[in-house]
Amino acid sequence: MKKVLMGNHAISYGATLSRVQVIAAYPITPQTQVVELLSEIVANGELEAEFIKVESEHSAMAACIGASAAGARAFTATSSQGLLLMHEVLHWASRARLPIVMANINRAISPGWTIWTDQNDSLSQRDTGWIQIYAADNQEVLDSIIIGYKVAEKVSLPLMVVLDAFVLSHTYEPVDIPDQDKVDKFLPPYNPKIKLDPEDPHAFGGLTAPNIYMEFQYNHQLAMMEAKKVINEAGKEYGEITGRYYQNLSPYKVDDAEYILITSGTVAKTTNIVVDKLRESGVKIGNLRIRTFRPFPSEEIYEILKDKKKIFVIDRNLSFGNTGIFFQEVKASLYNTDIKVPIFGFVTGLGGRDVTPELIEEIVNYGMKKEKPEEEVIWMGVKK
Amino acid sequence: MFKPGKKIEFKSAKEIPLTPTSLGDMTHNYTGSWRNLRPEIDYDRCIDCMICWKFCPEPAIYIENDRPKIDYYFCKGCGICVEECPVKCIAFEEEGK
Amino acid sequence: MTEKKKRKIRLSIPAEEIMRPGNLACQGCGASLAMRYALKALGRNVIFDIPACCWSVIDGPFPYSSIGVPLLHMAFETAASTASGIRAAMKVLGKEDTKVVAWAGDGGTFDIGFQALSGAAERNEDIIYVCYDNEAYMNTGIQRSGATPYGAWTTTTPVKHFKKLPKKDIIEIMAAHRIPYVANVNIAYPEDFIRKFQKAASIRGTKFIHVFSPCPPGWKMKPDDTIKVAKLAVQTRAFPLIEIENGVKYTLNVKVNKPKPIFEYLKLQGRFKHLTEEEVKRIQEDVDSYWEYLMKKVEFSKEYAG
Repeated sequence: MKKVLMGNHAISYGATLSRVQVIAAYPITPQTQVVELLSEIVANGELEAEFIKVESEHSAMAACIGASAAGARAFTATSSQGLLLMHEVLHWASRARLPIVMANINRAISPGWTIWTDQNDSLSQRDTGWIQIYAADNQEVLDSIIIGYKVAEKVSLPLMVVLDAFVLSHTYEPVDIPDQDKVDKFLPPYNPKIKLDPEDPHAFGGLTAPNIYMEFQYNHQLAMMEAKKVINEAGKEYGEITGRYYQNLSPYKVDDAEYILITSGTVAKTTNIVVDKLRESGVKIGNLRIRTFRPFPSEEIYEILKDKKKIFVIDRNLSFGNTGIFFQEVKASLYNTDIKVPIFGFVTGLGGRDVTPELIEEIVNYGMKKEKPEEEVIWMGVKK
Repeated sequence: MFKPGKKIEFKSAKEIPLTPTSLGDMTHNYTGSWRNLRPEIDYDRCIDCMICWKFCPEPAIYIENDRPKIDYYFCKGCGICVEECPVKCIAFEEEGK
Repeated sequence: MTEKKKRKIRLSIPAEEIMRPGNLACQGCGASLAMRYALKALGRNVIFDIPACCWSVIDGPFPYSSIGVPLLHMAFETAASTASGIRAAMKVLGKEDTKVVAWAGDGGTFDIGFQALSGAAERNEDIIYVCYDNEAYMNTGIQRSGATPYGAWTTTTPVKHFKKLPKKDIIEIMAAHRIPYVANVNIAYPEDFIRKFQKAASIRGTKFIHVFSPCPPGWKMKPDDTIKVAKLAVQTRAFPLIEIENGVKYTLNVKVNKPKPIFEYLKLQGRFKHLTEEEVKRIQEDVDSYWEYLMKKVEFSKEYAG
């Protein structure tokens, strides 16, 4: 069934189709419609779930941890300051190996007060041990929640679906809502590997000494690496049911390209338009959208970039004192390979400033002109 | 009496559970070695009121044949039983005396 | 075979031991005894969550646990929110009989976990929230908390600068949430302790139980004095054993007709050693006036709440 949905409602439908059992959430702009619609769906009895209207995001994630550890499929959604407040318990969820799925709507961080998009909130959670998927349209948002549970429960790690504030969260797009029975076949009921059960009592998360702590981290890392494969497999299986295939990377016209733009989120969609336009004028350019940020698909990125001339990374985020974060990650993942081409790092679109086709074209023109980057952070569209 | 438990050890990351998970209790840990003073019940004077059993935090006092018994594997020697005994029939002397 | 052996003993609390020895509690630990009683009262069909507190250590390191029932260790400020999540899962999984217990220290309750506790109480989550109160951050080495009483030494309120602020009145704060059940219990009164836990288990909604839990190293007292000090807290009227139903019905459970002077209680604890006669007098006055205030509430609620 096709419906015209805002990104936030696509999240709610994704969670509903995943038959989540416990939802714990706290309101924050621009996430509010996610929980408003879910409240209605639960209140109408269309979803057999408990909705805990907690008093903070920290408690939302803590409640999800409790629910997941007790054997229920748990869900939450937040944004920006809310995600930052969750930080401590995000670590807890992943180290407890609980397959919680959450949506984060990318909103810039204050001060000054802002509600508009950039990626610094979710990228600040880079090292929390969560899988992170960056969606580019509302259809992908809905689908990624469903696939997200499949992946999370397979590798016993929590997963975050990330989308841009307003550009997706409040923008209406036609979205195909898959039939429940198809989803049920793809995503069977949660079969917990960790369970608080009075008939088989165990304590989880107790004091762990230096002689064994590291082995848990080692296994966590193995699960993350395994997730690279599992995300592609689950995305393929989902595609066979719905016709929509999702992988770690979403390449666009990269095969014969000499130049590659690396993007994420909705910027990728605008970039595709620019790629088409530039190709008309003979520029051999392609766009590589990174969908899975954690685990970072280094090997797959290498395969695409290995015969290219120049790489332009667009970051809607910044690690103060260093560079854009996708730029860092791409560079780091290629350092020990034979790829020695120039990689340019562009920072733009912070705090919701539009990343227009003109601006992306400017990025390409800049990169084409220079032999190699003259500075680590190339600011675009800033009034210096 | 509590059955002393076993120590559980792991050789590699392949053997450990998904997340730190308990697989046994602490009864391999003989906290009796913490004790400086040793409580001894004088059963001739003991009235079997079980107050010592009631107030033992560990628990390291158990009931056998309707009488309180101190489990020296686990008694930490706090002395609560000595202090609370209404007929003062529990001696408290240095270990090894 | 003595004569006595044939005489049938009578136990005033349940015989079954769910908690196991070998745990890492200090000698004479009140919190250890509190857990032992709580498990006796609640039985095995329970799930605990424990935030950072002494019990995070007492239970034993991986791969061990001493409480014999399922337990989720969690972050410091999350006792009540985690329990809310467990409760919701139990409901949706059709296991409503299972009791969910949040077991936190005073730091995790009065201070860092208070927001989550207040939120859970406002939502009237069907959980038993237990605060075992040893009146300071004992696990980190005796730092003052919102539960540290007036006059006490801690490592962050040194003798020259002992705590000159009163303890938060946690049961009144919780009663103000109008939750169905709030109670004070004390490890020196195990029958009252167990009765209240069992009563809490029979009530739907949020139950808050405040446990008086002496800490021999933190209170600078002899471990064998744990029960004596706990008893004196009641007998001096410093820690009245009351229960509050629906935020309005106050009941005094242990009458103290001839209270002992507060000095009897203070003198056994090195943390109060520095107090002058005047300070002791001041504490006595505080105890007396609080008792009077509380008894008026008890009286009033007889008329008001029946």
